[in-house]
Amino acid sequence: MPESGQPISFDVTVIGAGVVGCAIARKYTLLGARVLLLEKAPDALDGASKANSAILHTGFDAPVGSIELSCIQEGYRQYEQIHAKLNLPLDRCGAMVLAWTAEQESRLPDLMEQARTNSVGDVALLSREQVLAREPELASTVRAGFIVPREALIDPWSAPHSYLSQALVNGATFRRNTEVLSGSFDGNAWMLETTTGPVHSTRVINAAGLYGDIVDQRLIGRSDFDIRPRKGQFVVFDKTAARLARHILLPVPTETTKGIVVCRTVWGNLLVGPTAEEQQDRINANLDSETLEMLREKATEILPALANEDVTTTYAGLRPACGDKEYHIRRHPENMITVGAIRSTGLSAALGIAEYIARLDETPWPPLPEPEWPAMPMLAEDQTRDWQTAGNGGILCHCERVTRREVEAAMSGPNAAQSLAGLKRRTRVTMGRCQGFYCSGALQEMTAKCLKPESTE
Amino acid sequence: MTSLPDICDVLIVGSGPAGLAAAARLGEAGLDVHLLERETVAGGIPRHCGHSPYGWREFRRVMGGQTYAKRLIARATSFGAHIHTAVSVTDLGRGGRVTVSSNCGLQTVQARAVLLATGARETPRAPRFIGGTKPGGVMNTGALQSLVYLNKERPFRKPVVLGSELVSVSAVLTCRHARAKPLAMIEANERPTTRRAATWLPRALGTPLLLSTQIEAIHGRTWVEGVTLTSGERRWNVECDGVVVTGAFRPENALLRTTELEVDPRTQGPVVDQYGRCSDPAYFAAGNLLRPVETAPWCWNEGRMVASAIISALAGGLPDPSLSEPVLAGYPGVAWHLPQRISPNSSAPALENVQIGLARSMAATVRYGQASANLRSKPARRILLPLPDGGVDLKFEETL
Repeated sequence: MPESGQPISFDVTVIGAGVVGCAIARKYTLLGARVLLLEKAPDALDGASKANSAILHTGFDAPVGSIELSCIQEGYRQYEQIHAKLNLPLDRCGAMVLAWTAEQESRLPDLMEQARTNSVGDVALLSREQVLAREPELASTVRAGFIVPREALIDPWSAPHSYLSQALVNGATFRRNTEVLSGSFDGNAWMLETTTGPVHSTRVINAAGLYGDIVDQRLIGRSDFDIRPRKGQFVVFDKTAARLARHILLPVPTETTKGIVVCRTVWGNLLVGPTAEEQQDRINANLDSETLEMLREKATEILPALANEDVTTTYAGLRPACGDKEYHIRRHPENMITVGAIRSTGLSAALGIAEYIARLDETPWPPLPEPEWPAMPMLAEDQTRDWQTAGNGGILCHCERVTRREVEAAMSGPNAAQSLAGLKRRTRVTMGRCQGFYCSGALQEMTAKCLKPESTE
Repeated sequence: MTSLPDICDVLIVGSGPAGLAAAARLGEAGLDVHLLERETVAGGIPRHCGHSPYGWREFRRVMGGQTYAKRLIARATSFGAHIHTAVSVTDLGRGGRVTVSSNCGLQTVQARAVLLATGARETPRAPRFIGGTKPGGVMNTGALQSLVYLNKERPFRKPVVLGSELVSVSAVLTCRHARAKPLAMIEANERPTTRRAATWLPRALGTPLLLSTQIEAIHGRTWVEGVTLTSGERRWNVECDGVVVTGAFRPENALLRTTELEVDPRTQGPVVDQYGRCSDPAYFAAGNLLRPVETAPWCWNEGRMVASAIISALAGGLPDPSLSEPVLAGYPGVAWHLPQRISPNSSAPALENVQIGLARSMAATVRYGQASANLRSKPARRILLPLPDGGVDLKFEETL
């Protein structure tokens, strides 16, 4: 990176390599722009995008008429179009919204009406018997529900990594460990001051997630939203628990939260969460044992057989929410677009958001005639995995069956992992039931030369 | 390494003390034995453990874990057992049809008998629901030992050790080997899990044992910076740069749970009869897969004994497994027992006793059939009762 002298000039600089920033970087690259993606952390997906519930939403419960809804639906449509080309999983397992009380049951028709208004017309009411026929492991106290057939499971990391990878193989630049400190707009272009040197760029897109309002302040001295991080804690059950639920099991939402979801993951685990806890801290998402215990109890009320299943892991993430319930996507006169407060639907909406802002913007470049489509490593449990094929180097992480070849691949190329966290997100290494009991030593040996040691020393 | 055969007499899964002991005995009996180890080097947990004492029962000599593992491997190999490393078993099919993954992709081996000896592992941090952040520097003893003894790393300088089992003492010794000084051993219960005498060594080395204390939260963004401890009403922070989460061993049963083999929810290992025979009679089990958790020499002996049973089975010398009867021990406070079944027998059993694990301290008279026995013990202690002749329901009468 040039620390001094004339900085390289870019058409578009995207600030923040979360799922939204990666999708935007991809979009502008495919549109023919010279794109720079800046990330404060050592790796992509290190903020809000590192933890979510890994669902591709239809938007059936999104606010009627909102930008969020249109972005979710466009995002869904585009994901369906491109997932096979990028080798991304898509498990169209469907969701069921379940009523456990008479009051909840009485609200089902309104929720279905909202779904139909949102053009999700294939929802269908289910009686208690119909619910139990589809989900025999559910507690028999369930009263009724409705099905949303197109709600789907995806890999929350391979999807954004594929957007980033496609941007990179088609010419975009990714600069990590780079925080934007300030910037000035001279009427034509931006000069950004960053922790790794100056950046010259015609336009700037702020996709800084949990720091969206701060980056707005640093660049244009104003922001029309305040990020209020909302924490979500999750409990992940072992792979043997995945057979207990076929659909994504949703509660009837309350005024304040969508409630606690129970669903499988594409990796074959069972997930329970999230909570919704407002906090000031934009960095740390602390777990607390009482809440985790509550999640386990809640999950066991829904699926009683979970009482005999083991917990594989727990995690917490932060949603970049703000005071209201709408995305804050703004085009500023200073050749800058802010994509703010993409609260909890970023994974579903990212491709739609990228489409939306590209339409807000003028894109004078000739689009790439024949872009490359990099194939992502397939980590979904129901697909052919690397451990089943020859030349894999042997399995390194036994719980998740991650091979040495997969780990080596994740540490090479333009989007190589440079931190253990980044390697985990690309390969799932150490993320299984033993949490590194068996493979930590062998992994450390393999990664010592490639990863930045995560030590304060 | 020789390539895997399509068929063989006995396939052993796991190369810890139980698997290696069995391999030696089966090889000595002239059987075609293949032992599969998923790591790149055989030896199991002892291989990761640099410190003493290992080997007294097996070799009449005290040695470190690595030397011990090498001796066991040498002995198995000398008897003609084939050891295959970096081979992971991915499916246990009916009748001994085993699928493995390796650098060659997937392969299937049909064995006349399969011995499962996959051992046990510690419970990691996550299922214990410890709060706080998830920084680096939090690990089990198993991971710590492979970092320290195999990779010669020094992962931290002043960690805390959670647990007071024998393995927790081992964690303290491993830390000392890496020139790290554990600040404390932390135990939620009022008394240490291991015998109090075993906690003398850590205390003599300057690591206090904090009883009735819990880790409420771990702090630090990329690496551990401290922990919050609680004890009753008291709550305080301790600066540290590592957390070793020790013990709470559990059978490594992941493979088992995806098969048709019957699993005992209490031991979390397979249901076996007194020959170590599973619900599919082509499968046997020995060592710490059977229960949480025994010592290396115990597992070594169990491996030898079950190997002898396999030799009998292949010669048609074991009783019909379909005639086996259950052994029950449903008393509150009894955490687990094995064997879970008894086959009406003639030949010598591989598991010579009923093994029992307690969930709490107990003094009781145990009656079954015509027999009775007294026990007075604590959790995490070895409790052995005479093996009954057939199916029984163990009746406990507490004698406090």
